Amino acid sequence: MDRMRSHIMVCGGTGCTSPESEVLIDALKSELEKVDYEKEVNVIRTGCFGLCDQGHVVKMYPDNIHYVNVKKEDARDIVNEHIVKGRPVSRLMYVAPEEKKNENKKDQTGFSKKQYRIALRNCGLIDPDDIYDYIAFRGYEGLARVLEEKTPSEVTEIVKQAGLRGRGGGGFPTGMKWKFTLRSPGNEKYIICNADEGDPGAFMDRSILEGDPHSVIEAMAIGGYATGANTGIVYIRAEYPLAIKRLQKAITQARELGLLGKNIFNSQFDFDIEVKLGAGAFVCGEETALIQSVEGSRGEPMKKPPFPSESGYLGKPTTVNNVETLANIPSIILNGADWFSGIGTESSKGTKVFALAGNVKNVGLVEVPMGTTLREIIFDIGGGIRGDKEFKAVQTGGPSGGVITSADLDTPIDYESLKKIGSIMGSGGMIVMDEDTCMVNISKFFLEFTQDESCGKCTPCRVGTKRMHEILDKITKGQGSEEDLDLLEELAPMIKDSALCGLGQTAPNPVLSTLHYYRNEYEDHVIHKRCTANACEAWNKYYIDPGKCIGCSLCAKACPVHCIAGAAKEIHVVDSAKCISCGICFRACKFDAVIKPMER
Amino acid sequence: MQINSLDQLIKIREGAMKKVNLRESGEDAESITELMVGMATCGIAAGAQEALDALLDEIEQQALENIRVVKVGCIGYCHSEPLVQVNMPGGEPIIYGNVDAERAKEIIQRHVMKKELLDNAILNKTFNKA
Amino acid sequence: MSQPELQLEDSIPATTDLPMEHYKTLASYIGGLEDKKGSLINVLHKAQELFGYLPKEVQLFIARKLDMPAAKVFGVVSFYSYFTTEPVGKYTISICMGTACFVRGAEKVLEEFKKELDIENGETTKDGLFTMKDVRCIGACGLAPVVFLDDQVFGHVTVDGVREILKKYRKEHEHAD
Repeated sequence: MDRMRSHIMVCGGTGCTSPESEVLIDALKSELEKVDYEKEVNVIRTGCFGLCDQGHVVKMYPDNIHYVNVKKEDARDIVNEHIVKGRPVSRLMYVAPEEKKNENKKDQTGFSKKQYRIALRNCGLIDPDDIYDYIAFRGYEGLARVLEEKTPSEVTEIVKQAGLRGRGGGGFPTGMKWKFTLRSPGNEKYIICNADEGDPGAFMDRSILEGDPHSVIEAMAIGGYATGANTGIVYIRAEYPLAIKRLQKAITQARELGLLGKNIFNSQFDFDIEVKLGAGAFVCGEETALIQSVEGSRGEPMKKPPFPSESGYLGKPTTVNNVETLANIPSIILNGADWFSGIGTESSKGTKVFALAGNVKNVGLVEVPMGTTLREIIFDIGGGIRGDKEFKAVQTGGPSGGVITSADLDTPIDYESLKKIGSIMGSGGMIVMDEDTCMVNISKFFLEFTQDESCGKCTPCRVGTKRMHEILDKITKGQGSEEDLDLLEELAPMIKDSALCGLGQTAPNPVLSTLHYYRNEYEDHVIHKRCTANACEAWNKYYIDPGKCIGCSLCAKACPVHCIAGAAKEIHVVDSAKCISCGICFRACKFDAVIKPMER
Repeated sequence: MQINSLDQLIKIREGAMKKVNLRESGEDAESITELMVGMATCGIAAGAQEALDALLDEIEQQALENIRVVKVGCIGYCHSEPLVQVNMPGGEPIIYGNVDAERAKEIIQRHVMKKELLDNAILNKTFNKA
Repeated sequence: MSQPELQLEDSIPATTDLPMEHYKTLASYIGGLEDKKGSLINVLHKAQELFGYLPKEVQLFIARKLDMPAAKVFGVVSFYSYFTTEPVGKYTISICMGTACFVRGAEKVLEEFKKELDIENGETTKDGLFTMKDVRCIGACGLAPVVFLDDQVFGHVTVDGVREILKKYRKEHEHAD
């Protein structure tokens, strides 16, 4: 049987369009043939190595040596020296930039890492259905240590010193939250894990629960001990069936090993977790609304104060923490507050997970240290824009956030800096938009979302978001005026100032931010009556290519609203004011003369 | 069984670590090959179940021993789901993207059995990429 | 003075077209709950899983079993988008309207389904075959735009792909008959 002795991996898989890689692969192959090694050494093409500024990258496997800036002339040296004589070609070897201190040990390739995993440390590495896999990676050691060695107050102090802040969006210091609950009088307290990940485009919480459910369970037990709670509740979206299943299985396994239940680690500490399902209401991500929903009621937010840490679930002191926040806890306990606070920026410590999506090449879940720039995330990690279109904006914070333009791409990410440029950290959805995205349309999309999800309790949000949505709808339909822009600017701060909860207070953000950065696009819509991104329905009509139309009038006969004019054997024309974009003409035409709006 | 102390937990961990060493260091006393399949919702949506079934079928067909298939969570490279990571003793882990049933079979027949990496299928695990 | 426990028969309407065994299953599920009042949402999930939807009589049944006003049950049912009070078609088409799907053209896919099925979002076709609805982000953003047909996922759906999907399921339905 033929066995390949080694492999030469050449970058430039399906993603790489550079014709050079073909030439290089051919050169390597022919050099191997010259020395009769073609049966023992295989040349293969791989995905992008992410070092595009280093020219062609070649990796030797299993020797784990990288060559950079490789030209076809170098093929001979690689084969003759490395393969035949077993001597690495030092002049081509990659010299890593100064290694960062917080090197991820799982990654041994030697490149400077952009990513650093804390919350996702076990995702994709362990079998989530097997508690022993988790234990093998120091699982439940943090819980054992706090129960055997620390007082609750010491635990809250570690978390406070670490500088961990809520990852659900608000950024409130977690240690402070725990301290407040600990100080509240009462024997019956609760800790709730907010897994109602409603932000469209964010899926890190789901990924953590699906990939590493025990880290959340362990963290809740630690939090329960630190705040004096004996019951934990995971409030999770019903739309995440797999996450629910894995979480429930993990809870059962933890109970079997005595890691949940009575007298955990012989410490007199009792703690157990139950799972409650959400039912599709975005507002339930707000902690007071969430508590209402956990109690089985309509998820309407309550006035604060009193804060949940004083009076929460069933009127008892309650801590509400987000999934990603909790997933950081076991590592903080094991490695200490100083380790965690050594990562990130002055005001924002640790890492943040982002769900990178939209018009970006490499859609994925990334975890980066705070302070990483947006450019690094989108271009270095995400590989830039799909189809090599122009970058237009990136949206963070979902329906509560705003857009960030190319001018601010070098902003280091932390809670404060994002706020300064008109967006927010949010839960970590990061939607990249290219030149074909219309900013008016995108704010309409978000307003439609918030308006639909407004619980209706307070007027500014219930009525205000509806009015804003109507105005945006009018603008995208080509019926807007300049006064409408003024009206939007008048309404927005009013809603922000007077809405009851976070949902309403942040609802105008997408509009304010797009109006600020892309006022010209709004003006295009209301003054010049056009949508340069070709996305809005008013200008989103079918069109007949005069070069292809032969005047058969099949389309005119088929049109349900009779908006196609033209005599037989003459070129037909669509009256776009009447066109309802039904597409019947497109299907009727036998000569490909009808062009779909988005293809114009 | 109940774990009652930190010492007991650490003992259990030592046993469990033998199984996962391969994933971290490529070193494993039992010389077992391990295939990790990304089975989060989006992986499954992209066809990870089909890939997993194909892997298991092929392992059975070829009557391979010393091989373990592990379902794991999100590996993070959403753009190339479904994902299969191959950990073999003595080599660093290799991640394959866009694994359908056909490619899953190839992974067994070529990578696992002949130690031959597949062309046009490897994702680079530099962590620099999403 | 405590009220006598209601019997199953007391809570079910005199005439019902809904399967009796579902009522029984639901009653025993409720019977096994410790905290009845706080479990309303979980009970509704269970009921919808059994009956497929939550008609008035099921809501009344739940209200009686949990000993709470029917208005409270209806208030919760109408608040959460996951619950539906109308029967659904044989196949449910869920179109993801998360931001990632939106910027990759989910809106156009939704419009195409509307046109092809001749129904509005949230409605069921006259032949009872398809129910169509938009859903919140399901987090499969790597496959955007995403459409679910029951449990089957379709990724990278295009406007042209819509007809293909419907054709496939119409064919499947014909063969099933």
